Amino acid sequence: MRYVDEFRNRRHIAMLAGMIVKEATRDYTFMEVCGGHTASIHRFGIPSLLPPQVRLISGPGCPVCVTAARYIDTLTALAFSEGMTVTLFGDLMRVPGTVMTLGEARAEGADVRLVLSAHEALQLARENPGRKVVFSAIGFETTAPGTAVTVMQAESEGIDNFFVLNAHKVMPPAMEVILREGVHIDGFICPGHVAVITGSSAFDFIPRKYGLACVVTGFEPTDILTAVLMLIRQVNSRSPSVEIQYRRAVSVAGNIKAQVYMNEVFESADVEWRGLGVISLSGLKLRGTYRRFDASAFPVDLPEAVAANGCICGDILRGVSRPPDCALFASHCTPDHPEGACMVSDEGSCNTWYKYHSHE
Amino acid sequence: MSEKITLSHGSGGRQAQALIRDHFAARFGMTGPMTDSALLAVPSALIAFTTDSYVIDPLFFPGGNIGKLAVCGTVNDLAVSGAVPKYLSAAFIIEEGFEIDQLAVIVSSMADEAESAGVKVVTGDTKVVEKGKCDRIFINTAGVGVLSEELMHVSSGSSVREGDRLIINGPPGDHAVTILAARSKLSFDKPMTSDCASLNHLIRRVVERPAAVHFMRDLTRGGLAAVLNELAGMTMCGIAVDESSVPVHEAVRGLCEILGFDPLSLASEGRVLIVADADEAEAIVERMHSDHQGRGAAIIGGIIAGREGRVILNSSAGGNRFLEMPSGQLLPRIC
Repeated sequence: MRYVDEFRNRRHIAMLAGMIVKEATRDYTFMEVCGGHTASIHRFGIPSLLPPQVRLISGPGCPVCVTAARYIDTLTALAFSEGMTVTLFGDLMRVPGTVMTLGEARAEGADVRLVLSAHEALQLARENPGRKVVFSAIGFETTAPGTAVTVMQAESEGIDNFFVLNAHKVMPPAMEVILREGVHIDGFICPGHVAVITGSSAFDFIPRKYGLACVVTGFEPTDILTAVLMLIRQVNSRSPSVEIQYRRAVSVAGNIKAQVYMNEVFESADVEWRGLGVISLSGLKLRGTYRRFDASAFPVDLPEAVAANGCICGDILRGVSRPPDCALFASHCTPDHPEGACMVSDEGSCNTWYKYHSHE
Repeated sequence: MSEKITLSHGSGGRQAQALIRDHFAARFGMTGPMTDSALLAVPSALIAFTTDSYVIDPLFFPGGNIGKLAVCGTVNDLAVSGAVPKYLSAAFIIEEGFEIDQLAVIVSSMADEAESAGVKVVTGDTKVVEKGKCDRIFINTAGVGVLSEELMHVSSGSSVREGDRLIINGPPGDHAVTILAARSKLSFDKPMTSDCASLNHLIRRVVERPAAVHFMRDLTRGGLAAVLNELAGMTMCGIAVDESSVPVHEAVRGLCEILGFDPLSLASEGRVLIVADADEAEAIVERMHSDHQGRGAAIIGGIIAGREGRVILNSSAGGNRFLEMPSGQLLPRIC
């Protein structure tokens, strides 16, 4: 298959692994912040190809995992409200809220529907003028432009029964918080899909302010191994910078059109990340005239927040702990009965660990 | 406008009798008097007996329909147990308003598939429920097959041992991808067709030397990943699969790449995993190649020492990882 097979060439993979073994002259820890990278790394068995002195740890890059329980509670309350339909991406269905998941809410009669895009939710609103259709807008710079375009479309058509419960976030501020909290890493495997939109320049502050290596990379095994080799070389030569390995998709400036749409509809805001707390200017909120689409304006009764149950998702998202360090991991918390959000999504660290390493 | 199923078709009265006579009995070749039970001669002391219900959506898909599926599925459950399928029952739950023309097409496919598989539909039932109480049509089939003593071991995997080879009869996942594509109106450069097929003739070739075949199971829901994990759990053997030796159609790979599925977890309706003695695996594959349903047969791995109860995947990239039991609901109503 084109654009896939050439990046999974076994000979090239073995060659890259050999070069990494040769050039890795000390211990290195690199963090991948994108959940897609976490999933690829384990799916292709990348850790088994790396020498023990090269360690990859996962960061906060799975949008489902960093979604606050409050957000799930709000969606659930909206879904039970008279005349309301809540639309969401499949992963959100099983994320535990304070009382229940949206899947459980649906089984109890709440109007919860799966969609594959914001546009599909808007279409549902057009087809059901008598219902208020709420789209659960989660994700980073990769999905935010899609929401922005859809909101602009709804505005130009004068649709008044389409709403957005917005939890869009941006990645660079979270990466900075992790560094400020003192996680010891030598560099970042920077998120490939986010960078398609933002451009690699969004990460320039990392080498400049923190002296750390950065490589923006793709999702195939040769992409990831090449990125690891590039990071090792930056560390060895003490010349941290932002390099693009994923040249077939990423530029320095990014997708300007998508950025314009995002800026038209959203402005920066302080938002809460599950496990990381409130991060300054790390979220997007609807601006100006687009505020009329904001579903958070609907009054809902939310359950009282409950104390943590021992789940250490927060430490895992910050790269401080690994999934097997959690007392609940693989015993009380499994993909079938997740306690924390990291166990829910296919891109979550705990889910990935469970799938590929749980009984090692 | 074509005639529709009404509640009276399920009432046991005149309309019901006519439906059974014209559409079921005629098509399934039931000529005798309508009795409460089929009376059958079974030329064996051992039988295999199985049942399955079919609720697939859409009812019609490239490569088959719910009727063909309802025959293949039950025939295959018998065949992979080592049995020779003989008799089927067919029970229909039909929603009021369903078109009789569509029912006729479905029943026709069942009759054709039963004939080519060499089984007889000998008993059945029809119920009609009010509009909205079921989705168009659901079918249940049960099947009886005769079993010889020397194949008793294949369903439990009790004679699986280190060194055995894993064989599949063709690329997995075509059925799941065809259903997904039909449901979401995706199109491919080369149209996808479901692998839905009866495998009993192929399996007769496989079990020519019964002692050489240690385990068989069809790759339905959960796909190869589920079957291998069940086998590992049942036998506490370690299993190694070589990802690059598993044949997968380009369209299936492509869709999996886009949607984040694993082809090894996708359902098929005409694929079987066979665990065979290492010395005879090649000969079995060769025999399979001469059957239409076994043309894509390949050895994909084996039973290994250590790693008890686990399935190891040698990924196509060269790394190793565990192949886990699929979790959650990937695609509802796929069969």
